[in-house]
Amino acid sequence: MIITEMLSYGFMQRALVGGSLIAILCSVLGVFLVLRRLSLIGDGLAHVTFGSVALALLFRLQSVYMTLAIIPVVLASSMGILQLAQKARIYGDAAIGIVSAIGIATGVMLASVAGGFNVDLFSYLFGNILSISSSELVIAALLFVIVIACVVMFYNELFASTFDEDLAKSSGIDTERINTVLVLMTALTVVLAMKVVGIMLISALLIIPAVSALQIAKGFKSAIVTAAVIGVVTVICGISLSFVMNLPSGATIVLINFAVLLATFGGRALRGHK
Amino acid sequence: MKDKALSVQNLCAGYHGSEALQDVCFSVNRGDYLGICGPNGSGKSTLVKVILGLLAPTSGEVSLLGTPKSSFQRWDRIGYLPQGLQFFNPHFPATVDEVIRLGRLSAKKFPRRFSREDAAAVDRTMEWMGISNIRGSMIGELSGGLRQRVLLARALVNDPELLVLDEPTTALDPETRESFYKLTFEMNRERKSTVLLVTHDTATIGKYASHLLYLDKKVIFYGDFEDFCNSSEMTGFFGEHGQHLVCHRH
Repeated sequence: MIITEMLSYGFMQRALVGGSLIAILCSVLGVFLVLRRLSLIGDGLAHVTFGSVALALLFRLQSVYMTLAIIPVVLASSMGILQLAQKARIYGDAAIGIVSAIGIATGVMLASVAGGFNVDLFSYLFGNILSISSSELVIAALLFVIVIACVVMFYNELFASTFDEDLAKSSGIDTERINTVLVLMTALTVVLAMKVVGIMLISALLIIPAVSALQIAKGFKSAIVTAAVIGVVTVICGISLSFVMNLPSGATIVLINFAVLLATFGGRALRGHK
Repeated sequence: MKDKALSVQNLCAGYHGSEALQDVCFSVNRGDYLGICGPNGSGKSTLVKVILGLLAPTSGEVSLLGTPKSSFQRWDRIGYLPQGLQFFNPHFPATVDEVIRLGRLSAKKFPRRFSREDAAAVDRTMEWMGISNIRGSMIGELSGGLRQRVLLARALVNDPELLVLDEPTTALDPETRESFYKLTFEMNRERKSTVLLVTHDTATIGKYASHLLYLDKKVIFYGDFEDFCNSSEMTGFFGEHGQHLVCHRH
């Protein structure tokens, strides 16, 4: 009964579809990022997104225009992290930390210039997938197609570079190009994920479904598919639970993901004792 | 030049200003089995990295299978086995056949898709190496010796003409090490692959290799074992006992 009522609302339909698409992107890319120890790149790019949102709010850009304005800034920042890590002899985590701090500092500075924090900025910090508009859903679907097409086209090269970068290079794979593709895809996904769980929790959506899948997967392809399934199921459950119990959707999704992680961890431990 | 598997001319290379290789020259004929030895920090792994294109040299020329390295594209003709994986994660979710199949990527152009031929090549290699029974096992759940065997299968899956092995037995127990050497010896004899083996194990390599390159940033010795054993210069360098150990022509 509740399900029928829930599905009768346009905003719920959009939230469930948009949330599922974004969950698939986050979970699939998450597997590559976690295995390459780049988990926190999502966090760093999310902080850049915070700065970009503040900039967009300063210019009074809203909804889909804001998303379109943020994308190039976050893409450029993701390239900045890569360049810092590759050319400036700075470790990847330090590069992420630097870009992340610049993002937050810019955001705070701009918000201050604009006359202080307001409700808009707060909603971007914690996300609200229930407010996703039709045009935002179209953008999400378009970016979903682009990112998934990239993953499919570069799948074997991504797998090889993730397994061992030197071995991949010795097979003639241009690992620098593959790293660029991965980071750019992550940047696009982070911009979308902001709507689902908010800037503060984006890294959870990238990391937790992937880590849960890695507990139980029996092969690389199986890890990717399992992560995507866990991502979609937890986002759908989270959105539904937040609707029924009037809870914040982003936080609900993250906590459900944590419960799944505990379950998979327990499952692995039990299997190990057999 | 055409019949050379590898040619290195006046090669200098290093990291951040310090030179690890100074004016290194040698060439390897097809079908040779070359043991590359030298003390720690002598530039053995740097040489391998330059040969494989993982490190750009500061000066000098490298030719692979008759082609200058700058225009070399046929990485499927070269198999590479490192000492171990760079940052091996024991929880990496890949099965043995997934890992071996990765070796087939070097022969492919974008978008690098696998075909039935690739599956058949993986099956053939696993059978030859006697590891078909573990094809579905996770790579992280294998012992060190078995994991190196799987990575050797990955290097061999294209039937490479040149096989580069960088200290592949360092982490293995003596028994596994011996069977590993035998396998590379068979590769060299039966499949006529040229083998380049970097090793610390100077006392064993003479049993299998046809030629020796002894490096200490520069080439100290390059030639066959017969020459090494008869070289009074090497007696002076290693001492009689040391030379006899490396010779391994008891």
